[in-house]
Amino acid sequence: MSLADTARLAGNAIRTLGLAAALSFAPAAMAATAAAPAPAVSASAAPAAAPAAEAAKAAPADGAYVPMKPTAGKGMPVDGGVTFQDQYSPTGKQALAMHDYILLPIIVAITFLVLVLLLVAMAKFNRRANPVASKTSHNTLIEVIWTLVPVLILVVIAVPSIRLLAQQYKPAPKGALTVKVTGYQWYWGYTYPDNGGFEVISNMLPDEEALKRGEPPQLGADARMVVPVGEPIRLQTTGSDVIHSFSVPSLWFKLDAVPGRINEKVLIVNEPGVYYGQCSELCGARHGYMPIVVEALPRPKFEAWVKAQGGTVGGAPAAAPAAAPAVTPAAATAPAAPAADASAAPAA
Amino acid sequence: MASIPADHEHFGAHHDDAHDHDHKPSFFARWFMSTNHKDIGTLYLIFAIFAGIIGGAVSGMMRAELAQPGIQYLGVFAQFLGEKNPSFDQQLHLWNVLITAHGLIMVFFMVMPAIIGGFGNWFVPIMIGAPDMAFPRMNNVSFWLTFSGFCSLMASAFFPGGTGNGAGTGWTVYAPLSTSGSVGPAVDFAIFSLHLAGAGSILGAVNFITTIFNMRAPGMTLHKMPLFVWSVLVTAFLLLLSLPVLAAAITMLLTDRNFGTTFFDAAGGGDPILYQHLFWFFGHPEVYIMILPGFGIISQIISTFSKKPVFGYLGMAYAMVAIGVVGFIVWAHHMYTTGLDVNTKMYFTAATMVIAVPTGIKIFSWIATMWGGSIEFKSPMVWAIGFIFLFTMGGVTGVVLANGGIDDNLQDTYYVVGHFHYVLSLGAVTSLFAGFYYWFPKMSGRWHSEFLSHLQFWVFFVGVNTIFFPMHFLGMQGMPRRYPDYAPAFEHWNKIASFGYEIMAVSIVIFLINIAYAFIAGRKAEGNYWGEGATTLEWTLSSPPPFHQFETLPVIEDGAHH
Repeated sequence: MSLADTARLAGNAIRTLGLAAALSFAPAAMAATAAAPAPAVSASAAPAAAPAAEAAKAAPADGAYVPMKPTAGKGMPVDGGVTFQDQYSPTGKQALAMHDYILLPIIVAITFLVLVLLLVAMAKFNRRANPVASKTSHNTLIEVIWTLVPVLILVVIAVPSIRLLAQQYKPAPKGALTVKVTGYQWYWGYTYPDNGGFEVISNMLPDEEALKRGEPPQLGADARMVVPVGEPIRLQTTGSDVIHSFSVPSLWFKLDAVPGRINEKVLIVNEPGVYYGQCSELCGARHGYMPIVVEALPRPKFEAWVKAQGGTVGGAPAAAPAAAPAVTPAAATAPAAPAADASAAPAA
Repeated sequence: MASIPADHEHFGAHHDDAHDHDHKPSFFARWFMSTNHKDIGTLYLIFAIFAGIIGGAVSGMMRAELAQPGIQYLGVFAQFLGEKNPSFDQQLHLWNVLITAHGLIMVFFMVMPAIIGGFGNWFVPIMIGAPDMAFPRMNNVSFWLTFSGFCSLMASAFFPGGTGNGAGTGWTVYAPLSTSGSVGPAVDFAIFSLHLAGAGSILGAVNFITTIFNMRAPGMTLHKMPLFVWSVLVTAFLLLLSLPVLAAAITMLLTDRNFGTTFFDAAGGGDPILYQHLFWFFGHPEVYIMILPGFGIISQIISTFSKKPVFGYLGMAYAMVAIGVVGFIVWAHHMYTTGLDVNTKMYFTAATMVIAVPTGIKIFSWIATMWGGSIEFKSPMVWAIGFIFLFTMGGVTGVVLANGGIDDNLQDTYYVVGHFHYVLSLGAVTSLFAGFYYWFPKMSGRWHSEFLSHLQFWVFFVGVNTIFFPMHFLGMQGMPRRYPDYAPAFEHWNKIASFGYEIMAVSIVIFLINIAYAFIAGRKAEGNYWGEGATTLEWTLSSPPPFHQFETLPVIEDGAHH
């Protein structure tokens, strides 16, 4: 069997609940979402009313939510990039500024200082230029200087560094939305305890499927962690089997998902968008194949998404059907996914 | 200070040649039952070169796979290693086996044996004017324990380790991936390998500490010891204090795996993070264990070829002591994302940055040693200057990573890989080559080719920078470590890094050719072939030194200086 075949087979094996993303080929529905969050209304508001309604019957859970198209270069690595990804969270902006305006200039300056000193020493004090070596081996003043100056530089670094840490670990305010992230071998689960406790299971998309959906290969997932934009979110991480790490570079966020523990940190996403990340703690064979996709939406759209998942908003009962496929926990129980793909396609 | 008996019989390690110091034991007795510190040092060096070639080949396999996105070669490698029809998961598991093997081999079976076992054994006794190590038989035990550890690690590759053959846990062997996450004997073999290598290193550390404290020649006070001896002394203390903690941690792993304990299993009241604390309490001193003897070697070389005593000798010695001490209280900066308390992160951020101060003292003192000197650019000096620059680059990215708030993005990315390869692959390994060319004629009695040594430096310098500098870019862009495959955006710099590997590989070929040249056609080396700048005791002996040196102890005069 060729390697490509092996890869494809494996890809098929991990392909699961592709329902939500499949509907991204229905732009009409997306337009409708903005106007009306309720699933039924949005479906009937679509131009091709009859087929759209059928589609809504086939996949009613997703009637109001259409996965946002990623913006090239936003929330993902760029080709041959040499800097950090652009930052879309307040602490990310603060950390990036600290790196770019304090750390980077200092380390570049120190490196060049050492380089220049070495070059000067090599030029001035080689055997030809200076045949007789001096015997100087002590100079208390200069030794004190090159001990104290680095101390001062480190203090200059330490002050904003400590401030940054304090900022990053401010606890979430009361009433902040809680999202619980669970790392599994080898996929992610996103649970929304404030919204009825449903869990979204997120598996990596095979490369060709990712390209078809306009997602970056290796980074696209079939389901996303959807969060409201601009408000503090209490993100909790845990692992179900081994340690994983939930990491989104463009949000400057990384927190290990450790079995038997719950780690907590605040996440704020500044603007709507799709932000990609990857598991960042070695977790076994498919460590490299469990990407993270965070989608930040305005509050109403987020609430529509919650309802579409069968969740509740502000204590209101779920308007969604019982068999919302995205809540099915096991990756293997997804025979419906390809079928749903097929039925959704004509709607577009 | 300790009184040193002048009677050389006390130090006659070999009863069989106490009467005839040029008589050497037969081949088997000399190389397999050796009690001679120089022979054991040679064994360590040969072993380290051998292990380094294997570890380097493993990194070649990894760079080949990473040269482009997708999985290209892992299946071939898996078949080569005996898996008939490797599944996709088995291929991915092999990747984890490769990263694990590369890390463990390079740390425990290449850098440590070469720099402590090899150069330490060879030159610590000579530099302090001692005839041999304090415990010659134990010295031999250390080597063979290390060798057995290597065999155990190699064996692990052929036993089941969960998804496929071999231990795929990473060199850190984090629980629970290494316990419930890896079924099969492979991980037990890997853990046992660490036990053996660790026991060997503890015995070695005991030996060095005893030797340095008790066997210095008359007049060789602690403050007159060459800085290389100081560096090995500090290293030996780090080994002695940190390795037992590793041994405890991995023993608990073994019992968790095999005897139903739950030290690191939350379900039974244990804690996976406890393992990380224990591991890094060893692991952080370990990185100084690898680099401190390199510092010592560089100090000797810079002083020799500048024809000046080391600038700020006491500051240099105590900077190493300070690095060693502070190195024990910064371990959790490897764990910033594990959910540490914010105050803990603040403490470890501040403590970690403190290490930059003694390290800066060393860098500036080396430059000050060159300043005003009459520098000769022989090959060891070129390697040493290269070391200062490359180590500085690795050091400054360490200052970036020390910041807990910045590390939240960089933890477990290629930025970290770039950082620690700059201080180890470019730092420790560069100091190894510097030391090798500095002492090779002394050890073998024959000259290497200075031309090939210089050539190797430039090829190596270009190669390793091409491999590792782009890794900083990849890391800042968010590429995680330990990935066999990546998004297309990461292809550009990965391709360049893999190209750099080929350049670096050429430099290793030049190195091997250079050794072969020395043994086949190298001219004979005199006792002090580096001339007036070389003032330590090994230069008072012939090249190679007699089988037993200093049967009459040298006396260090008051004026004499490191």
